Amino acid sequence: MDSFIEVKNVSFSYEADSDGKTVKNQVLKNVSLSINKGEFVAVLGHNGSGKSTLAKLLNAINLPESGEVIVDNMLTSDEKNLFDIRSTVGMVFQNPDNQIVATVVEEDVAFALENVGVPPDEIRRRVDEALKTVGMYGYREHAPHKLSGGQKQRVAIAGVLAMKPECIVLDEPTAMLDPIGRREIMSTISELNELGVTIVLITHYMDEAARAKRVVVIDSGEIIMDDTPKRVFSQSKKLKELGLDVPQVTELTHALIDCGVDLKNDIIDEDECFEALYKLLKKG
Amino acid sequence: MIKDITIGQYFPGKSLLHRLDPRIKLLLTVLYIVMLFAAKGFVGLGIGIVFLIFSFLISGIPIKMMLKSVKPILPIIIFTGILNLFFIRTGNVLLSWHFITITDEGLKTMIFMAVRIVFLICGTSLLTYTTSPIALTDAIERIFSPLRVIKFPAHEIAMIMTIALRFIPTLIEETDKIMSAQKARGADLESGSILNRAKALIPILIPLFVSAFRRADDLALAMECRCYRGGDGRTRLKQLKTSYRDYLSILVVSLFLAMVILANIYIGI
Repeated sequence: MDSFIEVKNVSFSYEADSDGKTVKNQVLKNVSLSINKGEFVAVLGHNGSGKSTLAKLLNAINLPESGEVIVDNMLTSDEKNLFDIRSTVGMVFQNPDNQIVATVVEEDVAFALENVGVPPDEIRRRVDEALKTVGMYGYREHAPHKLSGGQKQRVAIAGVLAMKPECIVLDEPTAMLDPIGRREIMSTISELNELGVTIVLITHYMDEAARAKRVVVIDSGEIIMDDTPKRVFSQSKKLKELGLDVPQVTELTHALIDCGVDLKNDIIDEDECFEALYKLLKKG
Repeated sequence: MIKDITIGQYFPGKSLLHRLDPRIKLLLTVLYIVMLFAAKGFVGLGIGIVFLIFSFLISGIPIKMMLKSVKPILPIIIFTGILNLFFIRTGNVLLSWHFITITDEGLKTMIFMAVRIVFLICGTSLLTYTTSPIALTDAIERIFSPLRVIKFPAHEIAMIMTIALRFIPTLIEETDKIMSAQKARGADLESGSILNRAKALIPILIPLFVSAFRRADDLALAMECRCYRGGDGRTRLKQLKTSYRDYLSILVVSLFLAMVILANIYIGI
């Protein structure tokens, strides 16, 4: 079976104007990546590494300069596929305020469905379903500006979810939220993944990446690592060289290992770390 | 806090007026304005006033809100009133002192204009009191959508209004933040002459504009991601439906309008 999203040898550059000359700023260099249905992929990278650019390639906002992106057997550079691709791959952005269009929550969730011409009864059904999935049904008649950041972001997710996408790409969805909002969004994302939605989570929070099933590390436009979170985070030195952190528990266990404590080097989860330390202390 | 201001002046409620189809309400408001300006005599005008008070009573909006809506335009009413009073020289002279001449016709025009403007404002406020801004933009879109044949951008105008309504609170909040930030850096926004205070606003307006443009950019991207492609082939979550209430209210308003016209013909004062 072909993979669901296929990025083949893609390069991409932005054109910038400096002193009247157009300067090409290459953001992605010959990137290849394939994502299967139902996966939960985290994309890590520091600012300017090209991770947002990669995200925008997945739903035809950006088109590759060379190479090709295929989503569910549709080529993104083919204009007639545009709306099919965008309803297959939904996108959630960083700032919840800047992606809510309507003045009432349910109207906003309905926005995408209205655009593609779904009949009103069906819109009603899908809006209610999407709002229930993200736990915002009780707020359907509220004004978005009165909600908290986490709630707004969940409304934005519902707006994407109403299209029944196969895949949701989230571009640093928690960057502007407080810890409570961040927790809300992360649990919503995990739930969606369990429902079978493919998740691509762009982030620079290591703890969030640790919850994914696969981590892709990208640096100056190239994919450096692509593996399970455990294997990626066990290479803490390499990550540090790239200007990235590892989850706090990993950092702790690695520091202990360096001091000669006998621990596994692939601990990324708080509970797991607790278990390991508990066992160790009990023994000693 | 400036954050607390309400947008528009909508009073949520469940009265007959609230439940009317917004398109019909717009139409009725136009009919009401016609009624006011068609009235030639005091009886006709009186009928219009009775109609408005009657509507206010049905809507459940406190009558004092009616007076409140007139307050901002009081200076204009007084100004036009004085102009009418002093500059209409036809009719019987009631008072003549130096260069001032007041005629009965001038007096009548003054009262007429003042009453008309006051009740015009009251009537249109009643529309905004009982209709949410979103319902209103919706109604405007539907009413003007037949004009799309002649390339009138009905959907685009409604979309612009919706987005504006959506972002007013966000931008107000932002203004608040920028003001605090500039105050923290020693900006003095409250003292000095008007000119100085206007100048002090520049460091607030520039960041506000920059951020508004950035937001516009983000929003455009988000809308594109959600398959926005203009008004063609768009469906709506909420359909507007006219019911017996709407037809009944059209009938009532038409009756009032007929009464005004009859009063013009037969009574004439």
